Amino acid sequence: VTPTRDQIRSDAGRAGGGAPPRRGRGRRPGAGTLAAFIAPALILFLLFVLVPVLFAGYTAFFRWNGLGGLPTDFAGLENFRTLVADEVFLGDLGRIGLITVLSIAVQLPMAFGLAMLLHQRFPGRTAFRLLFFVPYILTEAVTAVLFGLIFSPRRGFADAVLAGLGADGRIGWLSDRGIVLFVIFGILTWKFFGFHMILYLAGRQNIPEELYEAARVDGATGRQLFRHITLPLMGPTVRITVFLSVIGTVQLFDLVYVLTKGGPYHASETLAITMYEQGFVRGQIGYASALSIAMFLISLVFALIYQRYVLSRDTQGALTSTDGGRT
Amino acid sequence: MSVNTTRARILRNTGFYIAAFLASVFVATPILFALLGGFKDNQQLRENALGLPDPWHTDHYLDVLANATFWRQLGNSVLIALATTFIVVAAAAAVAYIFARFQFKGREGLFTLFAAGMMFPFAVAVLPLFIILRTFEMLNSPLGVILPQAAFGLPLTIIILRSFFRHIPAEVEEAATIDGAGPWRFFVQILLPMSRPVIATVSVLALVGSWNSYLLPLVVLSKPTWQTLPLGVTQFQGEYSTETAKVLAFVMLAMLPALVFYAFAERHLISGLTSGGTKG
Repeated sequence: VTPTRDQIRSDAGRAGGGAPPRRGRGRRPGAGTLAAFIAPALILFLLFVLVPVLFAGYTAFFRWNGLGGLPTDFAGLENFRTLVADEVFLGDLGRIGLITVLSIAVQLPMAFGLAMLLHQRFPGRTAFRLLFFVPYILTEAVTAVLFGLIFSPRRGFADAVLAGLGADGRIGWLSDRGIVLFVIFGILTWKFFGFHMILYLAGRQNIPEELYEAARVDGATGRQLFRHITLPLMGPTVRITVFLSVIGTVQLFDLVYVLTKGGPYHASETLAITMYEQGFVRGQIGYASALSIAMFLISLVFALIYQRYVLSRDTQGALTSTDGGRT
Repeated sequence: MSVNTTRARILRNTGFYIAAFLASVFVATPILFALLGGFKDNQQLRENALGLPDPWHTDHYLDVLANATFWRQLGNSVLIALATTFIVVAAAAAVAYIFARFQFKGREGLFTLFAAGMMFPFAVAVLPLFIILRTFEMLNSPLGVILPQAAFGLPLTIIILRSFFRHIPAEVEEAATIDGAGPWRFFVQILLPMSRPVIATVSVLALVGSWNSYLLPLVVLSKPTWQTLPLGVTQFQGEYSTETAKVLAFVMLAMLPALVFYAFAERHLISGLTSGGTKG
């Protein structure tokens, strides 16, 4: 759901890494120059990305409250054993699954449909495109405060809209365990469909119009054009948006934390919220680290499997076609 | 044009407008609720939730605009975003230049190391990051937010910049070398100015990322001095939980800078996001 800028690029970048050096590129620079250009980024990266991630991997094997030097109370796999029996953690996985399924079934098709619509020429389409992207640029935490007021239990705006439509009775939008996750999904859709729509729009614009013209000359109907040209050629974009949506869902924090803190009774809790609560509220640093590692592994395994089986042919095609025969 | 096709076109356009209109209502309603709600009082919000404000109250907006805390948080957000952007773009451009235009042993390995950083969700690192920042005594300091944000922005920025730098013809560099420019002068006086569009794109991405950042400031900035706007909005809501109209005015004004920025940088924002999402 949350399109963090994608992990795909790391792979695409790497795949293109071995371009043959052109003239003038083979120079050997002085070691001092090299070091001066590399050092700032490398130090920053080691200190604030690599060391913390490795440190999380280390502390996950200890019982530790985070105080006083390095952890000493080695616990082996205990934290991970607790993890796989933890109902909140297992619930997090279920909630990720549900939001993922809903996103793919509702949010992405809606974005796709609107993108196809806005690809057509009609007056005002630029205004619509600009408007639909607005929610995406708003800060998640601020959006969450806004929707907290809209779905307020004290006769909020959502209740008033329902009453205006003639439906009576209040709904515990954010306090009913059965519906809170669907309300959050609705907000996520509001916030993120515009991002996916923009990607679809860009993908659609990359399909050459000649294909449609040629097919029309051969007598293809509108439905056939969509089925046999648009859909297959939009494949790569669709697969990437699915990827971004899943990775974003796994990492979901800001919006849900500000809106419900994961409640009521964990009904809307996400992996990152569980980690935050365990680590920063309860001081169970070891256990929270194990949760971090689980989150990392889930993203990593998903990314690897997805790239291996779903995206591989796309990135190959994309690289060879956009980069003039890079191998 | 025959009557038939004209009619078909009108029908088609009507369909477009209905669908686009419905989506517009879906998107605009929450924002209009915030905008108009800030002009209502709490009684109006209760009894006239759907209508226009009557009368229009401007005091909630004026209160927020007269609130020193709001301006300080806004200033903090701007400062932290600008510093993050400057650091990440400068550091990434330097190393991307080396990756793109020099050959040395271990180059690809080093690049892969940076690129692999894309695989680390920020939430994974936030806990150990907190402990490390505590050790360096960087909690409650803007650097405690700026440096980790810049570090996590490196992978994407390096990947985008490197691929752009590679496509600058070698002849340009040769000409500069013949004119006596060393790597430093070439980098600062030729490469960076030639790369202005892509620098703008990565800068916009870094600015937006920092502006929206919530989890890191939440754990690092527990004292009010350096707190940023997203933290401010959630706190304001906690403080004035019964005064919905006041909070809506605060929310609306907190969203305004992003909306204005979007109006001006829309092209860079969209091109940055789509080039990432569709190509690589």
